[in-house]
Parts: sequence; C-alpha cells; structure tokens
Amino acid sequence: MTQYLLSVHSVEGKENYASEEDMQAAFKAVDTFNQKLQDQGSWVFAGGLHPADTATVVDNTGGEGLVTDGPFAEAKEQLGGFWVVEAPDLDAALALAQEASAACAGPVEVRAFQGE
Amino acid sequence: MPQVEPTDIERVFRSESGRAVASLVRFFGDIDVAEEAVQDAFVEALRRWPTAGLPPTPAGWNITPARNRGLDRIRRESTRDHREAESQRRHEPDEPEEVGPVVDDQLRLIFTGCHPALALEAEVALTLRLVGGLQTPEIARAFLVPEATMAQRLVRAKNKIRVNRIPYRIPSAAELPDRLRPVLAVVYLVFNEGYVASEGDQLMRSELCAEAVRLARLLADLMPDEPEALGILALLLLTEARRPARTDAGGDLIRLADQDRSRWDRALVAEGQAIVRACLRRNLPGPYQLQAAIAAVHSDAQIAADTDWGQVVALYDQLLARSPSPIVALNRAVAVAELHGPGPALALLDDLDLDRYHLFHAARADLLERLGRHDEALRAYDEALARTTNRAEQALLERARDACSSGAGT
Repeated sequence: MTQYLLSVHSVEGKENYASEEDMQAAFKAVDTFNQKLQDQGSWVFAGGLHPADTATVVDNTGGEGLVTDGPFAEAKEQLGGFWVVEAPDLDAALALAQEASAACAGPVEVRAFQGE
Repeated sequence: MPQVEPTDIERVFRSESGRAVASLVRFFGDIDVAEEAVQDAFVEALRRWPTAGLPPTPAGWNITPARNRGLDRIRRESTRDHREAESQRRHEPDEPEEVGPVVDDQLRLIFTGCHPALALEAEVALTLRLVGGLQTPEIARAFLVPEATMAQRLVRAKNKIRVNRIPYRIPSAAELPDRLRPVLAVVYLVFNEGYVASEGDQLMRSELCAEAVRLARLLADLMPDEPEALGILALLLLTEARRPARTDAGGDLIRLADQDRSRWDRALVAEGQAIVRACLRRNLPGPYQLQAAIAAVHSDAQIAADTDWGQVVALYDQLLARSPSPIVALNRAVAVAELHGPGPALALLDDLDLDRYHLFHAARADLLERLGRHDEALRAYDEALARTTNRAEQALLERARDACSSGAGT
C-alpha cells in the first residue's frame, strides 16, 4: 500500500463556493466521502485549512528563529485542504480523487508519499 | 556459418527487445532494471553472435540471459536501492520464461506507458522506447528535440511511474474504452509524425511510420475484439500504401488526386480493405474505423475520377457526428466539392475557424480557382504559404499557385 496526498487548492481572494447552500452541500458530501474512506480502510487523515493569509512562516535554518507573517509561497493558489489516503496503486488513488473532487467541488492534486 | 551483420543484430534487438523488456518489467517490477538487463544481454550478444551465429530462433531470443544479467547487476550493485525490485521478485513464482503470457506483458507495458496520468509527449517517447525498442537518440531525432531533452523526458516519466506506483496492468473491460484512447492516440501520433513532416532525418521519418504500423499490428493482435484497434491498423495500412506514390522523383509531394495509383502498395491496400470490411460487418464504428473506411473508398478507385464521393461524404458525416472537429469539417467540405461542386464547398469553409491552418487556405485557394476567382485564389495561396514552414508543402503550394497565376491571364 502507498500513501497519497490528495490536496485541494483555493484561489486567493476568491470564494470557494458560489453560495452558502453550495458550501453546505459540499461539506455534507465531504463528510459522506470521509466516512466511506474510513469504512473501507483507505483513511489516514484529512482536514481543511484556514485561509493562507492567516499563515505564519518560521525559519530557523540560520539559528535565528525568524518568524514572519504570511504564507511561504507568494502564489495565487494556496493549499486549502487535503486528504491522506492509502491505496494499492495510482489507479486506485485516482479513483478516490475523482470522488474527492466531486465531493469538495474542486480539482484535486494527487501525489504519492515517499516510502519509509 | 552465415555471416551475421550488425544490422541483423539491430533488427533482432528492435523487434525482440519490446517483448523482453515487457516480461522483465513484470519479473523485476522496475522498468529501469528491466531495460538495463536487456541492454546488457544485447551488448553480450553483439560480442557473441558475429562469431557464434544468431540464436537458432532469433524470434525467440531468450530472455534468460537478460534476466540473469539483471539479477547479477542487482547483486553487484548492492549500494543501489533495489529493495523494491527484490521484494517484487520474491512475490513472483519462478516461472519458466518464454511460455509465459508475453502478449499480456506487452499489453501491460503499453497501458503503463500510455497511462492518462502521463503527458502525451511522454507517452509517445515511452512507448517507442519500451515497446518499440528505439533508442533515446533515435526518438529525439524523430521528434526534433535535443537528445538531452528526450532523455530528461523519459527519466521524468519513468520516475513518475515508479514513485506513484502506476500499475503494470491491463485495464478491466469497463475501463478499457477510456484507457485505449490514449494508446491509439500515441500510435496515430507516431505515424503522423513520420508521414506528414518532411523536416529532419528522412530515414528516421519512414522508420517512425513502420514502427507505428508495427505497434498497430501488435495492438490488433493483442486485442482482436477491439474494433478501434483494428480500425487504426487499417487506417495506417491504407495510408502507408500510398507512400510510393506520394512523392515524385525529385522528392516533391504529390496530392492524392494526382497520384499514380498503380504505384500504391497493393498488398497493404488489400490487407487494409479486408480489415475495413471485417469492421463494417461488426458494425461498431468509431473514429479510426471511419477514417479507415474513407481511405478504403479512395483505394477502391483506380483513378481519382472514379472515387465514390457520395460514400466519402456519407462517411465524413458519420465521423463529424462522432468526433466533431474543424479539421474533419474541412476534409468533408473538400469531398463535398467533388460531389456538389466548389460553390457549396466554399460556403461550408466560411463557417470554419481555421485561419491559422495552412491547409484551410490551400483548400479555399483550390475552390476559388475552380470557381474562376483567380485573384482571390492567389491571395489564399499566399495565406497558405505564409502558414507553413514545411519545405515539401511549400513547394507543392508554390506549384499550385504558379499554375493558378498562369491560368489567371487566360
């Protein structure tokens, strides 16, 4: 089994959902999908993140412990939420990502974790 | 003992390495290890065959030496991380080689190399290398990219397959239609690259066509129940059959209508037509079968004037309904011109958004010329000429333009 990151990106300054109802519907669909992942043993972890403008970057590479406001990458798209799932191969992971994308109403990026 | 020429060995390698690599990818669970093993065994063969002669059945070029070399290499290079390959190997029963389902191995490798998670250009390169046995410099030359770029593309694709665990598996029946599409697209692209372009290495270009036909044959053999796999084979055979008539003694392109059809390869035509007839009986048409059927109608006509244009237009109608594209619409309009005259065809072109495509302007030029609108035709030829950098096509257009301009004065 391999672990895959299924990540969802949101565009800065743009609402992810057109309406409150759309958002509630997506939340519900994601809950259902999460339950299914747990039932079938594919679940490792999942979560949604607060917006990237609430992020803080810590850089202790020089031993100075620098703390700065804002996200690390100055990108228009930022990580909004993710799943970590277990799957036997990429085809199985892609099938889960299809369901994930439909549930959260956004494109999903699939990447494999490095082995131990 | 007959002399064994290096080209014989190359031929054996080209035709057999795909089978060997496919079997060994399953055995080792790793494309790189399998490729290196086959290369090693081939280098050894290069040393031995010229004196010892080709193996009794080169077609059954044994994968045992290659497999043993792969195992040796893994043992030797203990610093390299082959744990994955080792563990994979432990799970495989120690089966006898050669008698195994080599056919399935090759199909698995084709579907791995044409996985939708890979980019089309990577799929093409991987398929030519892994299944076709072409070397990286050859593929780079064929696609006019620097060797380092092509090498990088292959490394990246193989790395993606490995780290993501893209499965080495034949898709289930339910997945097959979706998964077959990129496979056929790769074969078609390989052929087209060899057929249409006339830049680059000419010899390599015709080899690309031959390789595409070989891949199409392989697919048709492996999946005899997939009508589109048969369709693409028929299409490539019927197109390839025209090659001897496509250029004149000076190497200039000759249009289909002007080709000396007695120079078409009759054996390829007959084979292609037989497949088209079998597809028609099965009646599960798809885009490749329809294009093959159109090519078959052309191949029925001894001279261009005998072409059954009603049939051609009817087939384009079906093709357009299934895979609508402005290029198909353009080709249909050209056929309509033969059936109903240049006027109605020209009206069809007005609706197409193909301004950047040189053959759109070339088709307009031809129709305008036939309508006696010479000045407009000349301008359309100029538009066409401005949009192609291909020398052979430029020469063809220039000849047509010159003929039009001498006709303008009369």
